[in-house]
Amino acid sequence: MRYHAVESFEDAVRIAASSRGTTRFLAGGTDVLVQLRAGLVQPDDLIDLKKINGVKDITRRADGGWDIGAAVSGAELGAHAALCRDWPGVVEGMRLVGSTQVQGRATLTGNLCNGSPAADSVPGLVAAGATATLIGPEGTRTIPVAEIPKGPGRTNLKPGEVIKAIHLPPCGANAGDAYLRFIPRTEMDIAVVGCAVSLRLDGDRVSEARVALGAVAPTVMLVPEAGAALVGSTLDDAALDALVTAARAACRPISDKRGTVEFRIEVAGVLARRAALIAYARAKGETA
Amino acid sequence: MPKDELKGGFRLIGTRPNRPDGLDKVTGRARYGADIVAANMLHAAVVRSPHAHARIKKIDASRALALEGVKAVVTRADFPTGLTGEDWNLQENTIAGDTALYDGHAVAAVAATSALVAQDAARLIEVEYEILPHVTDVDAAMAPDAPVIRAGYADHSVPEGMHPNVVRYIDFGHGDTEAGFAAADLIREHTYKTEATHQGYIEPHACLGQLGADGRGEMWVCTQGHWYIRRMCAAVLGIDAANLRVTPSEIGGGFGGKTTIFMEPLALALSRKAGGRPVKLVMSRAEVLRATGPTASASMDVKIGMKKDGTITAAAVNFRMQGGAFIGMSPVTEALQCAFACYDIPALMHEGYEVLANRPKAAAYRAPGAPMAAFAVESLLDEMCRELALDPLRVRLKNAAKEGTKSSYGPSYNRIGFVETLEAALAHPNLAAPLGPNQGRGVASAFWFNHGGETSVSLAIGEDGTVQVSVGTPDIGGSRASIALMVAERIGIEYDAVRVNVVETGALGVNEPTHGSRATFASGKAAVEAAEQAIAEMCRRAAAEWGIDAEAVEWVDGAACPAGPNAGKFPPMTIAEIGAKMGGTGGPISGHHESVPGGVGASFGTHVVDVEVDPATGKTTVLRYLVVQDAGRAIHPAYVEGQYQGGAAQGIGWALNEEYVYGADGRLQNPVFLDYRIPVASDLPMIDTVIVEVPNPGHPYGVRGVGETGIAPPLPAIANAVAAATGARLRSLPISPPKLLAAMKHK
Amino acid sequence: MTKIHVTTTVNGETAEFLTDPRETLLDVLRNQLGLTGSKEGCGTGDCGACSVLVDGVLVSSCLVLGVEAQGKTIETIEGMADPKGDLHPLQRKFIEHAALQCGFCTPGVLVAAKALLAQNPDPTETEIRYWLAGNLCRCTGYDKIVRAVQDAAAEMRGAA
Repeated sequence: MRYHAVESFEDAVRIAASSRGTTRFLAGGTDVLVQLRAGLVQPDDLIDLKKINGVKDITRRADGGWDIGAAVSGAELGAHAALCRDWPGVVEGMRLVGSTQVQGRATLTGNLCNGSPAADSVPGLVAAGATATLIGPEGTRTIPVAEIPKGPGRTNLKPGEVIKAIHLPPCGANAGDAYLRFIPRTEMDIAVVGCAVSLRLDGDRVSEARVALGAVAPTVMLVPEAGAALVGSTLDDAALDALVTAARAACRPISDKRGTVEFRIEVAGVLARRAALIAYARAKGETA
Repeated sequence: MPKDELKGGFRLIGTRPNRPDGLDKVTGRARYGADIVAANMLHAAVVRSPHAHARIKKIDASRALALEGVKAVVTRADFPTGLTGEDWNLQENTIAGDTALYDGHAVAAVAATSALVAQDAARLIEVEYEILPHVTDVDAAMAPDAPVIRAGYADHSVPEGMHPNVVRYIDFGHGDTEAGFAAADLIREHTYKTEATHQGYIEPHACLGQLGADGRGEMWVCTQGHWYIRRMCAAVLGIDAANLRVTPSEIGGGFGGKTTIFMEPLALALSRKAGGRPVKLVMSRAEVLRATGPTASASMDVKIGMKKDGTITAAAVNFRMQGGAFIGMSPVTEALQCAFACYDIPALMHEGYEVLANRPKAAAYRAPGAPMAAFAVESLLDEMCRELALDPLRVRLKNAAKEGTKSSYGPSYNRIGFVETLEAALAHPNLAAPLGPNQGRGVASAFWFNHGGETSVSLAIGEDGTVQVSVGTPDIGGSRASIALMVAERIGIEYDAVRVNVVETGALGVNEPTHGSRATFASGKAAVEAAEQAIAEMCRRAAAEWGIDAEAVEWVDGAACPAGPNAGKFPPMTIAEIGAKMGGTGGPISGHHESVPGGVGASFGTHVVDVEVDPATGKTTVLRYLVVQDAGRAIHPAYVEGQYQGGAAQGIGWALNEEYVYGADGRLQNPVFLDYRIPVASDLPMIDTVIVEVPNPGHPYGVRGVGETGIAPPLPAIANAVAAATGARLRSLPISPPKLLAAMKHK
Repeated sequence: MTKIHVTTTVNGETAEFLTDPRETLLDVLRNQLGLTGSKEGCGTGDCGACSVLVDGVLVSSCLVLGVEAQGKTIETIEGMADPKGDLHPLQRKFIEHAALQCGFCTPGVLVAAKALLAQNPDPTETEIRYWLAGNLCRCTGYDKIVRAVQDAAAEMRGAA
């Protein structure tokens, strides 16, 4: 295995393109090193992105949105007060990945590129309408985060493509988001179900809402019907019931060592309801 | 030892000094299994079967051997043939013969100049398998159509017509159960299941072995018992025990799982084949979970008859346990013996079956068998108390075994403290804590025998009057401290003047491992006996100097003194004075004690737990936890509490989240800590403890073993608390959220 | 396999080593630098026994490559006591409270707890438990660990 500590994304892409074997990019490393250790992957070229200028930056754009570099760790995300104020749900999703130790290294881009349907940071990004800038042999493109997951362990990135940065839109006024996951312990588990809700209020009424579910389908998915169930409501019981029904209807889970089909469908509704209530309270400025 | 010492009034016993190995362990200096290196050392890796059951048709190591840096490859062909009984079992588990019997079964091993090269080489060893049908569930393994794991291994006890996977049958009991059930007002009968769990020690197995062509060798290894390692390795390799010197490292947890061998003979066999170069072998976590000591999984029927006032009139159990593909590994006997050991019941019947399955060779795990039995029996007892509207602790009190009770497994009890644990639990403030919605309280009790075991201890007086004690029981949870306290108490010197060393196999007679809650009991008792010998000799030296009879000298507060006015008037001669001149008064002064100590005191415990269950998800949160257990006497109370708390935490994990999950292909699905879910810090509350002290008359200071009992009550106590909180009764563990949520919907 | 030369600072001292790029920082600390206080319990970032600080950030050294140590400042359990050997309050309190049994997880727990107290001098029980959720201990049930951290924090605040 050759290790390359590159200083630009162009170099990273060039090395990946010239590699005749397996290539892996190292953003945080918390997934790649586990795969290396287990012998699941034996890359010929490992390209370390962490020394590239700007990959550790969190930048507020002029429009009020945010650009998050590829190697920003969960701990760094959580320490950024202004970002946490704007997008608490996105940040809390990332903060649930692994232990304190893992938070010192793990990144949004890594969590996204690992392609797990249970990735905790991804539903929040999808609900927020986040986009990602990709760079590859054919140049640079920006696509919605929702379009990146393809299936368990797979993404829609083209060969040799790598994520440069993730972009969050401006959160705007009267908005709130939240992410909840279900795990059997309190920490250290992979989500059995995850749910993010991002919404905006006009007075007491929901004017926009996006709901994303994790671990209940081959990819994290946006559930437009679930968001629609909330729009126009004051989050009354009827709207919440409709949200629960829509969320459950969208689930296409499997039974595995972490949960059954029935359990995942049931809990998806429970989390959607609870996350919506938190997001609503945040939008009203009632809670952090 | 005068028995009035049991009453207390101690100078050191019952205090909480710093443990002698504490400094090394908080600075990273303590050396564990993987922490040692040797000159010219090689590193090993093991090739393991990916199949639950497969015939090994061919092993081709030529590509591995061609790799630069590879020095040796071993397969079963490098081991002697003709072993029988448990020796054969050990060899068969160390490295598969013609058949791989479980996912993770070792098939070959390789030694190379670096760990990375060894791992690369292991991937190059090609094994051709013929996959055979497999079975991993205990009930399925008994079914008529189950694949046969080993034909012809059932012993004569097994009733005719049973599946060949059933290898042992056991039954015992007393009284007239038919009459007992007839006298009952309420009879209930249910089936319970527990999944296998792993001891989950954080330190993976590791050793460094060296074996020359002359059959002499050495081993450094993390183990609970290095004489066991010596005997087992010698048997598996066909070498002489005395020619293998085994030194125990510090041990990063064992809980019973490090009382046997798993891969140690592979390191020695590789060393022998690589010209005697030392070979280091360290397991990965996945290897630990796939191929070392899980406990048995169990399927259990329990039937209890009870009068309206809570008196138990009769009970019967039928337990089925698998302990892997190896005979004699399932703790079904212990489970049966523990099932009703807390109670005085006039009529009892126990039946049990040991069953083979395509799983790893089970090892001991903290009170082996007791947790499963407690889950079944204490769950049913709780259900019946609820049905009869009786207080579960008072029903236990009504039926409690006491001194003189003929135990469920045969012998009559000496002085025991079960009643005292129940009374202490009833008096504890946790029992009065108010419960909110979706919250419930559960109680349960359990028993463990404790163990004496072969013990050899040596003690020597230093030239400055300090004392060294050599023991053969590795210190897992503070036993150096407790042994030093007892020796210092007896000799009458300061705690810091006693140094307890865990020494290698060349330094003492045979010692059983630190198992059966025996280290503080047995090594402690032997150390006190050895101290008595040294004291007697010191008295003789003083007597000789004073020119009086040795019988006229007594030992008081660390010094020889004339015993009474008739002995003469001499100032006390301190241990330091005696030590300083012992070279001229007859030579070194020491004491030794070798025995299989009797007088083992059983330990009973009662736990009280409060839980809250999320009604929408079935997730259980432990709110409050209380352990009450009889320690006999707590020598170092902080480490007694530590045993109680640690046992409770393991039991909570077993109750709620831990389980071996096998796929349809017979492969272990969760061989990582991510998915083998032991409790993390945020899963648990503070664990309250009450140390009951009903001194064990069989120990000079009243010690009972305390290590094991605490793991058993959490399984039923949590199930009982969950039932109280939700109305849903879970009769299989773990009480995972999907299972509990489904039960809550269907209750 | 080509090895890479790395220069780094470990516990205040300059360290140099040659590493295969597949080796983790934990491998390098243990096998090349002789710093065996950091332990490997899982190799997958799930147990925390290998916890170290890299440029002040708490990480699992099994999830860091040795080559990544180039130019970094690394602190391990061996650097926790002061150079004269006086123990850090956490180390002292762990002994006093019997917060260790087998001691295998202890170095990682201590390094993690030190990182917690550096940013939160007065953590609640819940904050301690969640911060340490990635440090598995199988012996103690965590009770005495939590108490020792609380007591050390109080002493360090001058409140004890």
